[in-house]
Amino acid sequence: MAKTYQEINEKIRRGEVVVVTAEEMIDVVEEDGPAGAAEKVDVVTTGTFGPMCSSGAVLNFGHSTPRIKVTQAWLNDVPAYGGLAAVDLYVGATEVVEGDPLNAQHPGEFHYGGGHVIQELIAGKDVRLRVVAYGTDCYPRKELDTWINIADLNECTLLNPRNCYQNYNVAVNVSRDRDIYTYMGVLKQELGNANYCSAGQLSPLMNDPYYRTIGIGTRIFLGGAQGYVFWPGTQHDPTVARAENGVPKGGAGTLSVVGDMKQMDAKWVVGVSMYGYGVSLTVGVGAAIPILDEEMALYTAVKDEDIVAPIVDYSRGYPYNEGGPLGYANYKQLRSGSIELDGKQVPTGSLSSYPRAREIAAILKDWIQRGEFYLTEPVQLLPSADSGRAFKALRERPVQPEVV
Amino acid sequence: MASRRVVFRYPRHLIDVPVVSHLARNYDLEFNILRANITPQSEGVMVVGLEGSEENLRQGLAWARDQGVAVQPLERDVVRDEDKCTHCGACITICPTQALYRIAETQEVLFDSDRCIACELCVPACPPRAMQVKF
Ligand code: SF4
Ligand code: SF4
Repeated sequence: MAKTYQEINEKIRRGEVVVVTAEEMIDVVEEDGPAGAAEKVDVVTTGTFGPMCSSGAVLNFGHSTPRIKVTQAWLNDVPAYGGLAAVDLYVGATEVVEGDPLNAQHPGEFHYGGGHVIQELIAGKDVRLRVVAYGTDCYPRKELDTWINIADLNECTLLNPRNCYQNYNVAVNVSRDRDIYTYMGVLKQELGNANYCSAGQLSPLMNDPYYRTIGIGTRIFLGGAQGYVFWPGTQHDPTVARAENGVPKGGAGTLSVVGDMKQMDAKWVVGVSMYGYGVSLTVGVGAAIPILDEEMALYTAVKDEDIVAPIVDYSRGYPYNEGGPLGYANYKQLRSGSIELDGKQVPTGSLSSYPRAREIAAILKDWIQRGEFYLTEPVQLLPSADSGRAFKALRERPVQPEVV
Repeated sequence: MASRRVVFRYPRHLIDVPVVSHLARNYDLEFNILRANITPQSEGVMVVGLEGSEENLRQGLAWARDQGVAVQPLERDVVRDEDKCTHCGACITICPTQALYRIAETQEVLFDSDRCIACELCVPACPPRAMQVKF
């Protein structure tokens, strides 16, 4: 029996909705079968909490007297982009604080950057804003140096072009002579460790592999508040190879998400430093998936052991686009502490926090049960496996010197 | 009398040499093994509290170095800021003594300071910088 969004929301309103987390749904489907589970359960909640590059914040700091139009701006000495308007800024998660030695002495430590500024804004800390401008008749001021606080900003919006990767690589280092420092963490030589980065069975897009319910306009948990999906994420790649259960066997779908930072909690938006790589932002995202029918019940019962991730060499294979995956591992194996590769037991570590993903799914469940979170039908679905849309690499073309 | 906390790191081939008891016998040092960890894949590591005369301490540690043991004074501790830790798990394969380890059931990452040898490898490898050096 199929259900509609309206019916589920009506149940939320009446306090009769049945919500389980994606972990709990596994048992429900095992016991009652997909048809029984679809009958019983209305909503399945998911969560993920990992470093999500391609994140940033838009802020409007208000007009000074006299007025100023930004040429260059810094937030706590982190460069922010001002080429949007007079007093709108965009600060990106991976922007490093000015004057950082970067990788001059490799590996650099990268103590501070855009991700940290975003976390501090949400935490309600004062942030120093510096602006220089060339000055115009309408915006005559040329310099500004002041403290700002999120409470005083007109808008402060988290606007992330790519979050929530549906599956991801397992990173290893096959080189014989050097440890490497990557966005996937420190990777020790000779397959010394393997790092993965997904909440697996709890991750939003693993539970809706063909994007039947998560689309443009979907309300989500974002950074401790309610946010929205506004577009497919950059590098959205729905046509990759999939397993029989529909789950992609590597990085695939992504989401663009947006939300009001004034309502967020710094626990769920954390600036991070990746040794030898740079800075980024760890973001908590969760989706509530309506169990419209048996098929959705089946999708949301996906288990760690049924999701595989490609094992990729980051010493050569990834940076130089050489060769394919060295093999595959499923998330149950990855979470067990080690995987076998080349006849060797390789210890596993991760960048995405499973306990925090679990907490997000539980919070979302609680919000829905208390009638504080309603489901939204996407205004448009994301391109899916049948879209023909594939991820393109850059094709470089020779640049001829200009003829004068 | 003087006392000192030191970290001994032995290469694999020295693991069977009774360095500490030799120090006690030949240099008249009292010892107290605070933490020890010898894993098959890695080197052996031991944190030892030593007590004896200044001269015996100096000579004893020089002897241990001659045997090929890396000797380092332990002056600082590494602590974890529990509020900052996100239980991501980026540290567990970095820590040589399994002082940082994951609980299978909850997937939480625990820190056992008794097993920590303050090598500081986890400090820059922890993305939210929850692992910190305490002077
Ligand atoms: S790397 Fe840091 S944040 Fe992650 S589990 Fe270890 S101590 Fe916690
Ligand atoms: S300092 Fe960090 S890496 Fe070194 S032993 Fe202690 S916990 Fe492990």
